[in-house]
Amino acid sequence: MSRLLEARGIGLTRGDRVILENVDLDISEGEVVTLIGPNGSGKTTLLRILLGLERPDAGNLHRRSGLTIGYVPQRLTISPTLPLSTRQFLQLPHRQPQGKVEQALRETAVEHLAEAQVHALSGGEFQRVLLARALLHEPELLVLDEPAQGIDFNGQLDLYQLIDRVRQDRGCGVLLVSHDLHLVMAATDQVICLNRHVCCSGEPEAVSQHPAYTALFGPRAAQALAIYQHHHDHRHDIAGEPIPLRQRNNPPRLRNEASADEPF
Amino acid sequence: MLDDFLVRAFLAGAGVALVAGPLGCFVVWRRMAYFGDSLSHSALLGITLGFLLQVDLQLGVAATCAAVALLVGLLQQQQRLPTDTLLGILAHSALALGLVALSFVGNLRLDLMGYLFGDVLAVSRSDLLWIWIGGASVLLVLTIYWRRLLLATVHEELASAEGVAVLRIRLTLMLTLAVTIAVAMKIVGILLITSMLILPAAAARRFARSPEEMAILAAGLGVVAVGLGLAGSLRYDTPSGPSIVVAALLLFILSLAGGALKWRK
Repeated sequence: MSRLLEARGIGLTRGDRVILENVDLDISEGEVVTLIGPNGSGKTTLLRILLGLERPDAGNLHRRSGLTIGYVPQRLTISPTLPLSTRQFLQLPHRQPQGKVEQALRETAVEHLAEAQVHALSGGEFQRVLLARALLHEPELLVLDEPAQGIDFNGQLDLYQLIDRVRQDRGCGVLLVSHDLHLVMAATDQVICLNRHVCCSGEPEAVSQHPAYTALFGPRAAQALAIYQHHHDHRHDIAGEPIPLRQRNNPPRLRNEASADEPF
Repeated sequence: MLDDFLVRAFLAGAGVALVAGPLGCFVVWRRMAYFGDSLSHSALLGITLGFLLQVDLQLGVAATCAAVALLVGLLQQQQRLPTDTLLGILAHSALALGLVALSFVGNLRLDLMGYLFGDVLAVSRSDLLWIWIGGASVLLVLTIYWRRLLLATVHEELASAEGVAVLRIRLTLMLTLAVTIAVAMKIVGILLITSMLILPAAAARRFARSPEEMAILAAGLGVVAVGLGLAGSLRYDTPSGPSIVVAALLLFILSLAGGALKWRK
């Protein structure tokens, strides 16, 4: 698996406030990394640094040369004064071949919304349109900032499944930002728990039982994940038949800060 | 033909309306109405400076508005003072400074009312040239940056992540606004310019299905407002600048009614 992005010892201080301290983060092809942390933990800032929108004070960031990133920003509202259809939105800032536009819309199952006005889309529909837009640029890395915000439970499951399918079809890396682990997709390979520094990281189950995670989110959060995984190891199709979710064969792997300098 | 002051007035007004329509759309989309208003208030300082330095007054206005716009654009980068506070400080201070400076130029025979509310019937051939050159360059810039401007309007972060130079886009928009204010000053005056930006764009919104449609429709409605305003001004002997704005307001109200009918269908 080829490495797409590698951040080492990222630090940022604003005034006398430490925003980020010694953060390491790697993403490889086909890997799903989820960044979680409470509000104000520096998730968004770290994301901005990884996207190249902001410069860190310390550390270095290495991206594979020519890396294309598809960015799905946090939920955004479009002014209703702007008449803009989904198709037109996908053509900003550069005109795109119609075939490509259609294909991207089909891939995220919103082809029926091509002529709809973007300001009238629901939260879930708009996230899919944003994802289609990101796919247009044939990204090697997809970055999604709180994609499930303001979407109902089933909509979130659908969205995570869609992201997983895109990952499998295209083999791109995925970086997800979320403020809770509650619904972090079953397909996450690595969870990084951030609170200015990396508190703990590893596979979802491992992180949810890590003392640093419990300290950050409270014992109920760990329970929530356990409960979620217990009750939702399958979904029901329309007829009510259970559909198993992806099975995980590997035992949970735990890595905490003390032993973070694992070679790669 | 250009010797007829009415023809000149219409050509000047139409030139301004053609630019104000598309630019006004961005003012509406980006909620910059207050920005445009504040910027035009600072134009008075430009008039005074232009007079003191013996340069063309429109050049003085364009330069002053551009300076204020750039200052606001750069100060927006810091996040300690919110933009509306910044604007209030800069623009209204510039207006006050303009009035104070004006009083020092003792024997100045300046038609203040003409600059505040416009004097379209006194438009000269050189004014006309200014308006059309300035207007054409603003439209050219808007056309070149169109898609990037739209994306930056929808979401600045997204645009920035996709390689759009957002700061340059923002400054470009402010500069075009400064130029438009300078050329529109003669027509509706610095106190009424914002209405020429906003009213046609708002009236066009209900009938547009795309940003381009809205921009073109706004330009067209602006030209109609200028024609109606001038005709009304002649017929009822009312001041021309405010008459144009009233005509634009009537068009806007009609668009509300038309829009209501459209929804009912």
